[in-house]
Amino acid sequence: MTELIDLSLSETIQALQDGDISSQELTLAFLARTENIDSVLNAYLTITPELALKQARQADILFNSWRRDPSTKIAPLLGIPIAVKDVLCVADVTCTCGSRILESFVPPYNATVIERLVNAGAVLLGKTNMDEYAMGSSTENSAYGVTHNPWNLERVPGGSSGGSAAAVAARLAPVALGSDTGGSVRQPASFCGITGLKPTYGRVSRYGLVAYGSSLDTVGVLGRNAADLAIIFSLMAGRDPLDATTSDLPVHSLNFETLTMERTQMGETPLRGMRVGVPDEYFIGGMQAEVEDAVRKAIRDFELLGADIKPISLPHTEYAVPVYYLIAPAEASANLARYDGVRYGPRLSNNSLSDLYSETRGEKFGAEVKRRIMLGTYALSAGYYDAYYGQAQKVRTLIKEDFDRAFKEVDMIAAPVTPTTAFPIGEHSNDPLAMYLEDVFTLPANLAGVPGIAFPVGFDQQDLPIGMQLMAHQFHEELLFRVTHTYQQVTDWHKKKPPL
Amino acid sequence: MSLTIEEVDHIAELARLKLSAEEKELFREQLSEILAYAARLQILDTSSIPPTARIVQTQNRLRQDVPRPGLPLDDLLRNAPDTEGGQFRVPPVLE
Repeated sequence: MTELIDLSLSETIQALQDGDISSQELTLAFLARTENIDSVLNAYLTITPELALKQARQADILFNSWRRDPSTKIAPLLGIPIAVKDVLCVADVTCTCGSRILESFVPPYNATVIERLVNAGAVLLGKTNMDEYAMGSSTENSAYGVTHNPWNLERVPGGSSGGSAAAVAARLAPVALGSDTGGSVRQPASFCGITGLKPTYGRVSRYGLVAYGSSLDTVGVLGRNAADLAIIFSLMAGRDPLDATTSDLPVHSLNFETLTMERTQMGETPLRGMRVGVPDEYFIGGMQAEVEDAVRKAIRDFELLGADIKPISLPHTEYAVPVYYLIAPAEASANLARYDGVRYGPRLSNNSLSDLYSETRGEKFGAEVKRRIMLGTYALSAGYYDAYYGQAQKVRTLIKEDFDRAFKEVDMIAAPVTPTTAFPIGEHSNDPLAMYLEDVFTLPANLAGVPGIAFPVGFDQQDLPIGMQLMAHQFHEELLFRVTHTYQQVTDWHKKKPPL
Repeated sequence: MSLTIEEVDHIAELARLKLSAEEKELFREQLSEILAYAARLQILDTSSIPPTARIVQTQNRLRQDVPRPGLPLDDLLRNAPDTEGGQFRVPPVLE
């Protein structure tokens, strides 16, 4: 039998229901592996073995009574362990957000996604490492040390959800939650050789997500394959009265079987009729050749599966970096005003209120967070607002219109996730602009509010994973799952394991 | 696009960030470089383009204005560095 930690989510759910394994065995397997190898990876900031084993014990009791009386119902995720990026509040578990300023913050409530997944039976393994306040593309901005890429410990895992991505890739968790404001789920998923979803803006509640760029923030999920993500997504999406931007549109229950149906109906060309657009602007000079080759090969595979491949243009793509790096820092400068040494500890200086604010924030925020607060404050300040923030919001409209036009011609857009595979730790740490340019292919989906899924499509010569992404119209996550799942039925890139 | 140290001081003051002299010089250089890069947005004619107000079309939704219990006060105050009588305690604002 496949090792417990290698089972897919649907296989694990089946094995739990059949009584082949218990939730406690499963949970212990992940906790034991975490204890063995996380000193090398630093994927977790907090491990919650007591909470996890308590929830697992409870799950096993419920499974036992269900087996005695199968007419009762069991929760869909009963006994399934998950890891949570340290940007989401879990009641009574420290939530640092990768920052010193929140090092002792213990939220008194659950984020809506946590509430929903716990109600669905999930077991919480712990909180994963991240760039401070989700600001970064490498997890190097964590105040608690970098996370190492399980494929090559000298490389970054990507960011900002680098801890979640490394944990899933290294089998320290079967699935993990992340957040994606500018690529923070898709880019680390790509660097770590796993599958990651950034949902439509407003599809998943942000209540209990530490806010960064509120018009861009989404809660996403990282896992081994599209079918696993679909299960988690369908349990966490949907309207939440606590987040006014969430949509009323119904959420379909998705799983391996519902996603697989189309293939059996359509025989050897399950993607027949699917129009896939390939934007010129996402294949740029300076890209790693192996990345371009692997993505183009995957697009040919889609064609063999019946998809209709069309060249398209998203002409304002090159403006995504400057637009994002004005809008996101502007929103962050407002959102992070709340960390002032009054409502959350710690506090430095009690001289005057003004010193208290400035000294606490100056001392406890890391360099990248201060840089973005400064940038955002400048972009919003009197005399510069129209030229920077105002102009960025107008160009954002142009970027959104590019997508609207494209989706009149195609059902989805195929593109690389990043110009290169995982870069060495330290490579960009003194050059913030170079780091920002890494996000060129992931930012547009956030600016346009559309969903995107990243998944592995090959490896480079150094055995580092190569990812690609598919983007679809707002609220068409199901299409992304279906197409990625179809691809993953005929390829095995997503089954490769790092040498750990 | 090049910021002066005085401009950096002004932004830091607005953002309530106490910065060291080294940080100010570093941010002066880095923010200048980033803003110079962002200046490419200026070449686009956006005179007829509305700014993005919301990215997903939704209706404003108002909830019934009825009182309901919130989180307990003790839970909300327990992360604060200094409290007194159910309130956050800060240094005097007015002497």
